[in-house]
Amino acid sequence: MAMLDLVWLIPALPLAGFLFILLFGRKLGDPKAGYFATAMVGASFLVTVGVFLDLLSRGHDERSHVFTLFSWVPLGNGFSVDLAFLADPLSLTMCLFVTGIGSLIHLYAVGYMHGDPRFSKFFLYLNLFAFSMLMLVLGSNMLVTFLGWEGVGTCSYLLISFWHERDSAATAGKKAFITNRVGDWGFMMAMFFAFWAVGSLDYSVINGAAGGIAQSTATAIALFCFVGAAGKSAQLPLYLWLPDAMEGPTPVSALIHAATMVTAGVYLMVRINPVLAVSASYAGWIIAGIGAATALYAATVAVAQNDIKKVLAYSTVSQLGYMFLAVGSGAYIAAIFHMVTHAFFKALLFLGSGSVIHGMHHEQDMRRMGALRKLMPVTAITFIVGWLAIAGVPPFAGFWSKDEILLYAYDKSPVLYVVGLATALLTAYYMTRQVIMVFFGEARWHDAHEEHGAHGDFTPHESPKTMLAPLVVLAGLSIVGGVIQLPGWFWVPKGLQHKLEDWLEAVVPGEAHLSASAKDLSGILAFVAIAIALAGIAAAIAVYAKHRAKPIEPQILADAWGYDRLVSNFMGGPGRKAFEGVAWADANVVDGAVDGTGELVRAVAGKARLLQSGNVRTYAAAVGAGVVLLLVWFVVVRGIL
Amino acid sequence: MIVALDLPVPTTTWYLLLSAVLFTIGTVGVMVRRNPLILFMCIELMLNAVNLTFVALAKKLGDIGGQSTVIFVMVVAAAEVVVGLGIVVAILRRKPNATTDDMAELKG
Repeated sequence: MAMLDLVWLIPALPLAGFLFILLFGRKLGDPKAGYFATAMVGASFLVTVGVFLDLLSRGHDERSHVFTLFSWVPLGNGFSVDLAFLADPLSLTMCLFVTGIGSLIHLYAVGYMHGDPRFSKFFLYLNLFAFSMLMLVLGSNMLVTFLGWEGVGTCSYLLISFWHERDSAATAGKKAFITNRVGDWGFMMAMFFAFWAVGSLDYSVINGAAGGIAQSTATAIALFCFVGAAGKSAQLPLYLWLPDAMEGPTPVSALIHAATMVTAGVYLMVRINPVLAVSASYAGWIIAGIGAATALYAATVAVAQNDIKKVLAYSTVSQLGYMFLAVGSGAYIAAIFHMVTHAFFKALLFLGSGSVIHGMHHEQDMRRMGALRKLMPVTAITFIVGWLAIAGVPPFAGFWSKDEILLYAYDKSPVLYVVGLATALLTAYYMTRQVIMVFFGEARWHDAHEEHGAHGDFTPHESPKTMLAPLVVLAGLSIVGGVIQLPGWFWVPKGLQHKLEDWLEAVVPGEAHLSASAKDLSGILAFVAIAIALAGIAAAIAVYAKHRAKPIEPQILADAWGYDRLVSNFMGGPGRKAFEGVAWADANVVDGAVDGTGELVRAVAGKARLLQSGNVRTYAAAVGAGVVLLLVWFVVVRGIL
Repeated sequence: MIVALDLPVPTTTWYLLLSAVLFTIGTVGVMVRRNPLILFMCIELMLNAVNLTFVALAKKLGDIGGQSTVIFVMVVAAAEVVVGLGIVVAILRRKPNATTDDMAELKG
């Protein structure tokens, strides 16, 4: 039996884990429930590798396989939405890193969540998340993807507010959920348009018929998909929820809000790339523009954050902006490439920050850290690897993917390229700032000693092995991750060039449309990118390590340009009034109409029932009178007889 | 010698008139009497008045349809009497001497 037929096992295993923990989680307890959940996702990863190898052994044309479980929504007339999985290079790429990184983060969480009173429930949610995410990427039509899309949204809500005793965590969960609903509306609109245009929700049908869709319809589908993607992948103006989502436990931030769920929007855009190709050119400009704007905006905000996780959260928003810049520039391979490398190094950075938080007894303020590298050597080294990767220093993974995106951005427009470069500079700067504040300089955690008096002699400590092992693996991947898509430079062996592009060929158009001038410039652009990255690092070292200049951290940046407050004020003021107006209209106009109909019927019936006297002879008289009236009708009016 | 009694030959009109009289008696009976059994008899009277009309007109028009309808009416009436009397007996067992006016549970 071909491994390909086992594709259903990939989501089924985490689902089985979810159900098992649902029933026996408390009995398994801490840490067995965690290891069990890890094993289920790990097994799912092994199946994914098997399916991947099976696909790899086939020709390019045979690398797409639909596995139908059952007809989910039979609509008649031959239309039907199936619960079916699409195993092709794109979905398998997603599955590989979702299950691979997912199992590492599960393992990490066993150590991180140790001692939590709701330990097994945490893994219950994590397995449900893994299942939903795999449904999202494996769905062969938009509806199955939407099922996963909503599933990951729900899990995100549950996990952000996992420590719901804290008011801020509960609020952050609600904020994430509600903001995502705005995006979900876009996704649904895209589905309606797609169904209206081609009469199906299957990706194969939509993409196959993309050439025949009117340009305006294709644009609508693409842009509504982008609204959905902007919600899920935290782009302007819907990014608001992601920084707040850091209220969740750190493994959640790493898994959901860095590596997997937030890339779902990018995945969706790449999935429907044939539709994007036939839509109006301004659609690409909008996507690339919003991506670039988000990248730069979030990078500026990250510069002034003091919470170790907030820095990484804004950094994630910024990197996701890069991915949309790539999608808008038609560089789908680069978007997927960056998605994969970003999953490696951002998961690493989040897990590293979690390790720091764990070692610091839940201190998240970087101003109270410093000089941790000697006390937490493994965390420090792996974090530094992640830092070099995100900053874009060769040969770490982030350099290759960011470089490819910048190349396509340059091809699209120099303006986008400059914005991308500025973001790269800021990225290198704020990440260096973070590394220095956390691991170098003087130890500032003694200042916090009094507050932590309850702990007695407070010394940060290195984390347990279950937490360090994933860090080491992810650090390795962050170093070598770039090999999956090396550029076509003369000194790169031919066999190693463009591996990802070759693999995704059947699903995603390759580099063919890159203009010759950009191709020629690619080497120079790479050097510019390296110079920018080093400049950013050098600037941060000068400011934060050598203290040559005062740090520039204006309050407006720490407040994210006041955007959050603006939205809160609007929603709390005029927005709230509007909602109350709608609620009033619902209670009085809509309910009034419904209740009014009921009241009317009741009143009429109250009068009409008096006709029923209960007296048989009266009824007989009525029947007689009726006969007479009928006779009159027939004889006098109609003239019969 | 055969004495011929000069009796008038009954025509269809006679039968129709008789039928109308019977029907009217039945109708008035249904309206003014309260005893359920009497009520039933009045209804039977009305039904058979109609039957008489059918037969008279069938004879006059030479159409067998009217006579066959009468058979139907008789069968249905018989069935109706079985059910109706069953109900009446059941009611009278619960409430002896009940009149139709006492049976007003369905009053609105």
